Amino acid sequence: MSKPLLQVKGLKKYFDINGGILSRKVGEVKAVDDVSFDVYEGEVLGIVGESGCGKSTTGKTLLRLIDPTEGQVIFDGEDITTLDEEGMRKRRRDMQIIFQDPYASLNPRHKVEKILSEPLLIHGIGTKEERKKKVKEILEIVGLPGDHASRYPHQFSGGQRQRIGIARALIVNPKLIVCDEPVSALDVSIQSQILNLMEDLQEEFGLTYVFIAHDLSVVKHISDRVGVMYLGRMVELADNEDLYADPLHPYTRSLLSSVPNPDPDVKHERIILEGDVPSPSNPPSGCAFHTRCPECMAICKEVRPEFREVKDNHFVACHLYNDDETR
Amino acid sequence: METATEPKKQPHMPGPDNQKPNQADGEAISPWKEAYWQLRKNKLAIVGIIIITFFILIAIFAPLLTNYTYHSISAADRLQGPSAAHWLGTDDLGRDIFTRIVYGARISLMVGFFAVSGALIFGSILGIIAGYYGRWVDMIISRIFDIMLAFPSILLAIAIVAILGPSLQNALIAIAIVNIPIFGRLVRSKVISIRQEEYIMAAKAQGMKNGRILVHHVLPNSVAPIIVQATLSFGTAILEAAALGFLGLGAQAPTPEWGKMLSDSRQFIQSAPWTVLFPGLSIMLVVLGFNMIGDGLRDALDPKMKS
Repeated sequence: MSKPLLQVKGLKKYFDINGGILSRKVGEVKAVDDVSFDVYEGEVLGIVGESGCGKSTTGKTLLRLIDPTEGQVIFDGEDITTLDEEGMRKRRRDMQIIFQDPYASLNPRHKVEKILSEPLLIHGIGTKEERKKKVKEILEIVGLPGDHASRYPHQFSGGQRQRIGIARALIVNPKLIVCDEPVSALDVSIQSQILNLMEDLQEEFGLTYVFIAHDLSVVKHISDRVGVMYLGRMVELADNEDLYADPLHPYTRSLLSSVPNPDPDVKHERIILEGDVPSPSNPPSGCAFHTRCPECMAICKEVRPEFREVKDNHFVACHLYNDDETR
Repeated sequence: METATEPKKQPHMPGPDNQKPNQADGEAISPWKEAYWQLRKNKLAIVGIIIITFFILIAIFAPLLTNYTYHSISAADRLQGPSAAHWLGTDDLGRDIFTRIVYGARISLMVGFFAVSGALIFGSILGIIAGYYGRWVDMIISRIFDIMLAFPSILLAIAIVAILGPSLQNALIAIAIVNIPIFGRLVRSKVISIRQEEYIMAAKAQGMKNGRILVHHVLPNSVAPIIVQATLSFGTAILEAAALGFLGLGAQAPTPEWGKMLSDSRQFIQSAPWTVLFPGLSIMLVVLGFNMIGDGLRDALDPKMKS
């Protein structure tokens, strides 16, 4: 595979919990707890996990929309966590984001024209006329009529708005786009249109996506590699086919077994997990999953498993596979 | 809302046909234009606008409307009832009440305008600072607002006037000061809530500077409730000015301030009720007018009312 465009090393984000009259720190939520992965140029890396597992926080931390507590984010050979505000501002041209909610992510008081030309303006791209032309072009690329530029966001449907959101991310020719659940707010019938559009754009412009979602079938459809997160930690990362065919981590297995199969004749075994996801403000010792793991061992409660490559391009953080090597 | 078959019967919830007449042509419909359509359908707001326009007009054309001056005393004409010569009668010094009310409109509207402007400007600046910088700056500004709001506003205004000395100008300053925390809190909360919006994060993600985000994204989305509050405060400010005038802490004689006119005439309420009735009615009408406009604006600018 080609060189990594983005390297994430030991990324952590802890949110303080403040309480009392003087708003003193009384604890912290470990939203992202030591996550590392690489994203290669031109690939789609899917990140899945249930609500509150820290996948959105990871995505936003990659772009420093939320400043990480610890760790490195190396984009194109440069550690962006050390950049100052102005340096980061300029770097944002190459790394964009598509948000989950197309109703909340567009300024209701701006015309589409302004929404789309503003990124060009702030990065000093083109003259006024050129920007206007570019806006029309990009609207047509994402499948909207060019003259819709003079409308306001509330005059569009959800799917159309998401196309505008995609156009906004695309207009500055970024290298990397973080897609933060870009289709989960849309109707199922619209989801596939938007997904196909994103796939086409990725091929056409050679984009790299970090695709965050909770819908396993959506991720399977679009991703080259998939990472699975649980309670702020990456538990497994592998090639798309490999992960779906041979999930190693017990959490991934139960997650995949929960995908409904449309064929009623196919019998498949569901792994039902017991209990709830523990609180990220007080995560379990050792492996975060040990409280619900069907294959929990003594060591799991004590030592946090390392995130290691156990097969070719197949990373997993589980003690089940640490033993294999020592045996 | 989509199924409204008789839009005329639902002035606040119009059907799609009359709400967006030009949508089919692809014309841009700005949120302001939509709010204007909503406002135009609100009968109460229209009545309010008519009342206020009326008072603004009589204030502007005051010298053309009357042959008397508001301060000329005439012992022969004292305490006369409404007549052809004196439309609204005369007060205990023989001054024409109509003339005094017409000139008083200038004072009340001016007090309302300057007091609200002052409160709006200083309140907004403090609110933006508190909301945008947060932390201890917010803590200090908010606590000051809390302290000011803990006093009844009229009591605080009286205290301020007592320090500055009674005059119309000082009453105006006092009213502006007591209204600062109202605007300050509103702007602060609005800035805080809008900073959480995803389009603000989107603006940051695109690489915008903080100043640009504040001016182009946060402010335009905060103005609607500020406009509503300003309109409602106009009425309150006029009422407070009248109260201070009534207590002798605002305008001094012979200024035809409505509150002052009320207090000067209150001993004649039985023998010559018109001396009290007309200034009182004027205050009531202006305050009512501003409140009606304010309510109408609130409905028109409320995003939840949009279809």
